[in-house]
This record gives sequence, C-alpha cells and structure tokens, in this order.
Amino acid sequence: MLDAIVQGILLGGYYAILAAGLSLMFGVVRFINLAHGDLAVLGAYLALFCVERLGLQVWLSVAATLPIMAALGWFLQAAIFARTLRAGILLPLLATFGLGALLQNGMFGLFGSDTKSLGNHIGSLSWSSWQLPLDVSIGKLPTFTFVVAVLVLGALHQFLARTKVGRAIRATSIDAEAAELVGVEAARIHRVAAAVAVALAALAGVFLAMRALITPYAGPAQLIFAFESVVIGGIGSLWGTLVGGIVLGVAQSLGAWLSPQFFQLAGHLIFLAVLGVRLWRTHVAEHGGWRSAVLGART
Amino acid sequence: MSLLSVENLVAAHGLLTAVRGVSFAVDEGAAIAVVGANGAGKTTLLRAISGVHRIESGRIVLDGIDLTRSNAPKRVAAGVAMVPEGRRLFGDMTVRENLLLAGEYGRAGRWTLDAVLDAFPALKPLLDRPADVLSGGQRQAAAIGRSLMCNPRILLLDEVSLGLSPIAVDGLYQSLALLRRAGTTIVLVEQDLDRALGFADRILCMLEGGIALEGEPAALSRADITAAYFGLARAKGGAS
Repeated sequence: MLDAIVQGILLGGYYAILAAGLSLMFGVVRFINLAHGDLAVLGAYLALFCVERLGLQVWLSVAATLPIMAALGWFLQAAIFARTLRAGILLPLLATFGLGALLQNGMFGLFGSDTKSLGNHIGSLSWSSWQLPLDVSIGKLPTFTFVVAVLVLGALHQFLARTKVGRAIRATSIDAEAAELVGVEAARIHRVAAAVAVALAALAGVFLAMRALITPYAGPAQLIFAFESVVIGGIGSLWGTLVGGIVLGVAQSLGAWLSPQFFQLAGHLIFLAVLGVRLWRTHVAEHGGWRSAVLGART
Repeated sequence: MSLLSVENLVAAHGLLTAVRGVSFAVDEGAAIAVVGANGAGKTTLLRAISGVHRIESGRIVLDGIDLTRSNAPKRVAAGVAMVPEGRRLFGDMTVRENLLLAGEYGRAGRWTLDAVLDAFPALKPLLDRPADVLSGGQRQAAAIGRSLMCNPRILLLDEVSLGLSPIAVDGLYQSLALLRRAGTTIVLVEQDLDRALGFADRILCMLEGGIALEGEPAALSRADITAAYFGLARAKGGAS
C-alpha cells in the first residue's frame, strides 16, 4: 500500500504539468479548452517526429517541440479562441471540441493508428528504479517527471509574481477591463497565457509518451485527468494543480492496488467526492448555515 | 486649443442609447464635474472616453490626436487614465503591485511610486497588503494612485466619493485639490452636488444621455441645476 501511495504521488507530478495549462487558460482567459488533451498528444507526436524522422536527440526534440507548441497556442488564441469568446460560453466549447476532433483525425492521418512511445528513446530512464526499504520502488522517470513538475510550477510562480508580463497576466485574470485601464493589452496577455498553456500541455504529452504508449485518440482521457486535477486542486490555483494531481494520482494508484480495474474509477470517485463537498459548502454558505441548508429555508 | 475634445458622442447599451450626441471640451489644467441622476449616462460617457465602451458615432480628440478608433491601452499611452466606479483594484495583488503594474504599462513621467506615496502618504504602510483588505477610502486612494502611475494628461474619475465616509471624502478631495494644483486635468463624475460645485471649474449636468445644463459653478443657480438634474424644466444653456 505504501508503494501504491508513493507511485500515486509521483503520478501526480505528470497530472500537475497537464493540468497547469488548463488551469492557466481558465484562470486568465476564462476559457475551457476541450482540445487540451489533444494538444498534449500533438506535442508528444511532434517530439516523436523530431526524434524518428529528423534524427534529433530526444531532449533536443523536446526543446524544439515546446516553442513550436507555444507558437501554436499563440496562434490558436488569436485566430480561434478570442473570436469564439466574444460569442458567449457555448461557442468556445463547440470550437475546441471540433478542434480536438480535427487534431485527432489529423494525427491519425499523419502518423497512423499504431501505438507510439518515446520510452525506447530515453534508455534506462524509462524502466530503471531505486529500490527502497518496505518494498517501495521508485521509478526514475516518474521521479524525474515529479521534479520537473515542481520546477516548472515554481518557475511559473516566479514568472507570475516577479515579472512585468506575469503581473499583467494576474491582473488580467482578476479584471481584464481594469487591466486595460492601466495600459495592459488584455488580448495580447491572453495570447501569452495560451502560449504558455499549450507549451505546458506539450510537455505533459512528452512525459506521457515516455511512460506509456500513445495513439492519436489518447487526448480526451488526458483532458479528463487534467479537469479532475484542476477541480480537486482549486480552479486557478497553480500549486493547487499539484495538490489536485497528487490526490488524483494517489486515488488511482490505491484503486489499482485494490484491483487493476479500479484505477480510473477510484480517480473519478475522489473527483466526484471533492466536487460534492465543494458544492455542499457553497450551498451551506448561500443558506447561512448547514441547518438552513438541510431544511432548505433561507435565513 | 483644448486638451480633450468630445464631439457628438453617441454610445449605447444594446438598443438603449445611453449617451446622445454629447459634445464638450476640456482645457489643460481644468477640472470638470459631470453630474446627473442615476441613468443619465455619466458613467457611459467616461467609459466611452477611456475606451472601454464602444461608441456608435462621434469623435474623441486628445491634444489634436484622434483617439476615436484607439482601444483603452492606446488611450492610456496617449494620456487618458480612468479611475472606474467601484475602484476595481486587483484584489489578490498587493497595493505595490497594483501601482507598479500601472507604472510599467502606462506612460513615463513624473508620477513614480515615490511621487504617488508623497501625494497619498496613507498608502505607505499598506504597500505590501493585498488590495482586497483595504478600507473604502484606502481603496479609492490606491485606485487614484494607480491611475496617476500611468502619468495621464487627463484623469477621469467615476463616482469618486460613492460609498465613502464623510471623513474619507474630505481626505479624498484634499488629495484631488493637490492634484489640481500640480496641473492635472480632471473630469469627475460626482453624485454629491455640493462637492462638485466646490471643486470644479465647470459643471456638466446630464439628463437622459444629453447635456441639459453647462456652465461655471458661480454662474449657475441652484434652481437651474436642480431643474436640469431632474428634468423638471428646460434649463438655460442646455446643449442638447
């Protein structure tokens, strides 16, 4: 069981990277990107393309993939996301759902339906581990992923807190119109946020392809995990995504420890439990106390 | 030549026209108070000048530069800054961050962090506190300070004393008087008629989206202003 908890914590690092971009997009742009998981998988395929077709070293291909995906995020925000936001809340959902389908079928057309992995390009990192007492085994790749997650979130935190653009991103996320009244181009800040978000999705996709097999249709499942991590950790909270990712990862890992079929189910159950508690607390606050909330009487 | 010139400005909320062909000009260093009942179009007028409310027609010119098609950040760069109704500070950010952000994205000029703190010394001990925890008067001071950090050529203040205690309003108007002596051009929307008459060089009284009465405070009788304010009779000097 201890081993399952440790594996779950490390898995939370991957979920945190995946969820950070989704959280940033929602927090700053007020935009729910249903293609987030597909963009993560696209990032993985782009890194694979750089390794297998262009012959680049794997970490060099990752370094090349991230700015390309950031540029794609910038373009998507300018060309699609910003336009759909002006038309209410439904159109962004439909547009990104369509974008996700387009990406899935595009990747299928370009790369085929065979499963792919970056695992065989990173040597022993993909399978080697450290053996600890109490039958605990720590994989080097999950540990590396977790360390990268903490470093990325730390760097993002410093970027938001200490830089001019970071402060503008925070201000825009609080009140875009007030930010414009002090000279901030909110549309440009939204493009910066989208670029960072899509680059983060691509980084998560790369780690996914290192630890597992991917197909062009792997994106929607990753989107669900990202959503669950964001909701569990608190929407808009950067470090909350790490907490949410860890909670989700531990729940899934403990579920798999009980029975392999419970891996995803346990994650969904903990997500529903947290969501239920959040909704209940809101309900109680609106009714001025739990007694009124139960009886349904407004005070 | 006037610093700010507004010509035949029309602005709407959907099908409802909130500002109907308003024209006025503001000289450099002057202070204008826009008064009127709720729904008269005062806030929409200021929001249209600042660039956060799209206009239907008309022109907005600052020192000979046509800003009509410029967005709000470009107008800030040109020298138009606005303190919006409700202050709208960035609550999760510290007062220092609120001020610095405006300094970073606004125009360069004499209003630095030190200059703003000299003008609003009450903000000094609050610099590292989140804006959310400030009192009403402190929030208004921080909001004005934030706009000053943009180094505006003209400062727009919307519902400047709304929700403040009488003591806080006294302090606020003392600060605004200091800004005027420093040569800042001000257009303010004010519900408190006595404060507006005591502060401004000129009064614009709005009614149903138009200017019902305009003039220097000394030249306007209380009865004229009240009539224009409530639309009780056709006031003399009405522009629309």
